[in-house]
Amino acid sequence: MSHHIVDFIDTYFTYPDQTQAVKGITLCISHGESVAIVGANGAGKSSLLKLLTGICLPTKGEIRIGETPVTKKTLPIIRQKIGFTFQDPDDQLFMTTVYDDVAFGPRNYGIGEPEVEKRVMKALETVGAVHLKDRAPYKLSGGEKRAAAIAAVLSMEPDILVMDEPSAALDPRARRRLINLLRSFMHTKIVATHDLDMVLETCDRTIVLKEGKVVCDGSSTTILANEELLEQCGLEKPLALQNCPRCGAKKE
Amino acid sequence: MIIMTNIMESLYNIRILDELAEKRTVIHNIHPLIKLLTTIAYVIITVSFGKYELSNLLPLLFYPIVIITLAEIPVIPILKRILVVLPFIIGIGVFNPLFDPEPMLVFLGLQISGGWVSFLSIIIKGFLTLLAALILISTTGMTWIASALRLLRIPRLFVLQLLLTYRYISVIMEEAGRTWNAYMLRAPGQQGVSFKISGPLAGQLLMRTYDRAQRVYQAMSLRGFIGEYNPGEVKKVTVKDCLFLGGWVAFFSVCRYINLPALIGSVVTGVMT
Ligand SMILES: Nc1ncnc2c1ncn2[C@@H]1O[C@H](COP(=O)(O)OP(=O)(O)O)[C@@H](O)[C@H]1O
Ligand SMILES: [Mg+2]
Repeated sequence: MSHHIVDFIDTYFTYPDQTQAVKGITLCISHGESVAIVGANGAGKSSLLKLLTGICLPTKGEIRIGETPVTKKTLPIIRQKIGFTFQDPDDQLFMTTVYDDVAFGPRNYGIGEPEVEKRVMKALETVGAVHLKDRAPYKLSGGEKRAAAIAAVLSMEPDILVMDEPSAALDPRARRRLINLLRSFMHTKIVATHDLDMVLETCDRTIVLKEGKVVCDGSSTTILANEELLEQCGLEKPLALQNCPRCGAKKE
Repeated sequence: MIIMTNIMESLYNIRILDELAEKRTVIHNIHPLIKLLTTIAYVIITVSFGKYELSNLLPLLFYPIVIITLAEIPVIPILKRILVVLPFIIGIGVFNPLFDPEPMLVFLGLQISGGWVSFLSIIIKGFLTLLAALILISTTGMTWIASALRLLRIPRLFVLQLLLTYRYISVIMEEAGRTWNAYMLRAPGQQGVSFKISGPLAGQLLMRTYDRAQRVYQAMSLRGFIGEYNPGEVKKVTVKDCLFLGGWVAFFSVCRYINLPALIGSVVTGVMT
């Protein structure tokens, strides 16, 4: 399925206020890969994802999804393939009920109401939020909002799932559910996060960003064990790979 | 602290109209297009009353009272919202008493000028129109109103503008609430915002609202929004709907062309004598 390859070709992006957020990134993600984008605050993770979804267009360079370059013209096609969850779920939920919010995407694509209902219920079940369906999104807790936002994207049945810090503000159970969900999602997924333990469980590949550039790109297990590299990029080795904090005994 | 809870409370109630629209009552079940047309008829009739008419307007109150009762709409939040807009209406009519000092009627021995009568008439008309609009929103919901407008062939761009403006109002109120809370938490014991920092605070608010409105719009377009929202299954207009519209339009016309208060008055006096 070559049409789901994500390709960044020497991409630059500068915000209108002259902040250079992405400085020459080249990378290729093929179909079905699970990729974590990690890096300290301000490393450019969110900006990279905004470029991928066409919210921002690169100042230089090109991004392709399959054969299609991301441009103003191709946005409708691109966006049908990509499901993107925002860093702040408040920005994403704007309808009156959770149900309507999850149904928003499918309805926009002209899907019939019986099919919409099927998709909505399935998406809500996947994130364990069926009981929230008639609630007002802005009255939910942080974790519940996150679940609703993810369901809103899943109902579009995207080929590429893109998430910006999805595990922030989740309690352990909700985080565990998110991890299971990510593991069960078989298409391409790209996750920007600080949660390196989650990366270890869900993503085979890790890309480390620092000041808008790719510092390192490779298998998660190797990169996340590299203490020195993580330290340099303002990150910390995942707990699962650290020695016992009490006695210093090594993990086997 | 009282201020804090007040703000939180009003934040909580910003979208009460949307929530009311989710109820399922007889009125909510009427076709959106029918309710829109009824409201338009009501507004047109109300506004078409003459400049000096007062008592003739009163029977028109019957419509909002009936709908509010049947749709189980709480009155206080609706009145609060009208109160917010009322100053603008007062602004429209406030000079009438100055320009039109001719005495017009005598009430409790007081001579009342035409200016005062027309001023009062404007306020009553404004009140009734606003009431009808708020009732429409809280029994139908903005997305359904938008789809009804599209059925009336209103251009997509206008409908989109309306929808986004409506969304924007709740966004700006929420951001205002957040900014206010953040300020109050770090400036306890103050009565309101000090004048010195009110400028920067307002600027902040504007920027934040703009940013957020933009992100909300992005989120909408990321999910395939291209200016026309389809709110779900569109019902068919039923006979019951048509009766609703026909009945109310007939009633409004009677209010307009037959002086009901005078009629009732003469009937009552006729019976008494
Ligand atoms: N809307 C914006 N306008 C200007 N600069 C921005 C904007 N958003 C982010 N930046 C800047 O771009 C850089 C990268 O930010 P971002 O991509 O949000 O980082 P991350 O998501 O990794 O924390 C930061 O220096 C940040 O200050
Ligand atoms: Mg970010």
